[in-house]
Amino acid sequence: MKVTLRIWRQAKQDAQGRMVSYPLDGVSEDMSFLEMLDLLNEHLTKQNEEPVAFDHDCREGICGACGVVINGIAHGGEHTTTCQLHMRSFADNATIDIEPWQAGPFPVIKDLVVDRTALDRIIQAGGFISANTGSAPDAHAVPAPKRESDKAFDAATCIGCGACVAACPNGSAMLFTSAKITHLAMLPQGQPERYSRVKGMIAQHDEEGFGGCTNIGECSEVCPKGIPMETISQLNRDLISSLFKGTGK
Amino acid sequence: MAVTGLILIGFLLFHAFGNFKLLIPDEGAEFNEYSHLLRRLLYPILPPMFFLWGFRIFMLAATGLHLYSAYKLTGRRWSSAGVSGRYVSQKPSTSKAHSYAARTMIWGGIIIVLFVIMHLLQFTAQVLTFGYPDGTTTLEPYDRTLAGFSEWWVVLVYAIAMLAVCVHVFHGFWSAFATLGANVSAKSQGVLKGLAVLISAALYFGFMIPPVLILFGVIGQ
Repeated sequence: MKVTLRIWRQAKQDAQGRMVSYPLDGVSEDMSFLEMLDLLNEHLTKQNEEPVAFDHDCREGICGACGVVINGIAHGGEHTTTCQLHMRSFADNATIDIEPWQAGPFPVIKDLVVDRTALDRIIQAGGFISANTGSAPDAHAVPAPKRESDKAFDAATCIGCGACVAACPNGSAMLFTSAKITHLAMLPQGQPERYSRVKGMIAQHDEEGFGGCTNIGECSEVCPKGIPMETISQLNRDLISSLFKGTGK
Repeated sequence: MAVTGLILIGFLLFHAFGNFKLLIPDEGAEFNEYSHLLRRLLYPILPPMFFLWGFRIFMLAATGLHLYSAYKLTGRRWSSAGVSGRYVSQKPSTSKAHSYAARTMIWGGIIIVLFVIMHLLQFTAQVLTFGYPDGTTTLEPYDRTLAGFSEWWVVLVYAIAMLAVCVHVFHGFWSAFATLGANVSAKSQGVLKGLAVLISAALYFGFMIPPVLILFGVIGQ
């Protein structure tokens, strides 16, 4: 199949970006979206042109490295990651717009690559548990209720790709932050730091310059892991509870 | 935002309920009495007008905090998502009515603020004398209401403003509860959104029934 790509090209962070058109022939519908970009880059390299920079790693939908806005929708609207999106989702002769995540705290490094370390700093502000080192405890030493551990596992599927930020009209990272909060708050191991964690992570979220959540729901729609809006309410419940606890900042 | 929003919704529901006294066929006797009573509620426990002013200050504070939250949220949105559309091919993935209401909260809010100023100038300050001569301040609340809503364009302005209220509350009600942590499951989300539809519809019809009946002469004949 044949497609026309319109790709955001930006040489470096403070350079002016613009959309550039590339016709591409010989695309197989079995190619993943990233393989299609690889094909384009092979052609560009042969023509002595600068290949398109894009983030990718595992290419099996579990690492969260890849992610671009395709035709105005983060990850292309198929409820999966960009690497797991296939060209069969597009019509022959289609024009496809490809843009990087755009948000104040996500500066573009080059072309489609953005700096998402703001999310790492949110994790550093509390998205962990403190445990003594030593031999691993028995797996059943600390019982975890089934319902809560299922919720924790669902939230833990968040791969931190940043699609929620890219899609949110407020540019908020609330779905990401709440997934991390919910994941740890549902498990016994997460209890000691539960309320200092939520305060710390929200403070960091705001300090990074992410917008506030107004419950629009775009984040959940594009999330490749289907993290539901309920996790944001879980974060809010913990945040309200934390006001009555003496822990944290 | 959530707490002040729910206070304002509570006020609106009670306001709409009070307006139904216009439907009592007693030429406004009870409506006027209700209106006058509000001015000396809790008298003689408290001085006359004391409760009224306390309530006005409370409502003004709730409104002020609501506007301040909106100002902060908009500022944060601008610095993160930009002022205009950030993608060349911008497309919402939730192409639902709900998404529309959620995105237009700020515009609905601005329309409502302008409307409330007009509404207070018309009925409380009596500066805007729609349907009766300027400078008249002796009309009873019932007669002022009748005069105002005898003008078709006044009813039209109210119909538009109430549409803004309806759309604003449609998102605001559910969003407030979600922010307060009540969105615990897919089912509770359905219940909250269902209640949001009921309450926004109740507010629209509740507020529009008396003016429309006055315009068509059903009330006050």
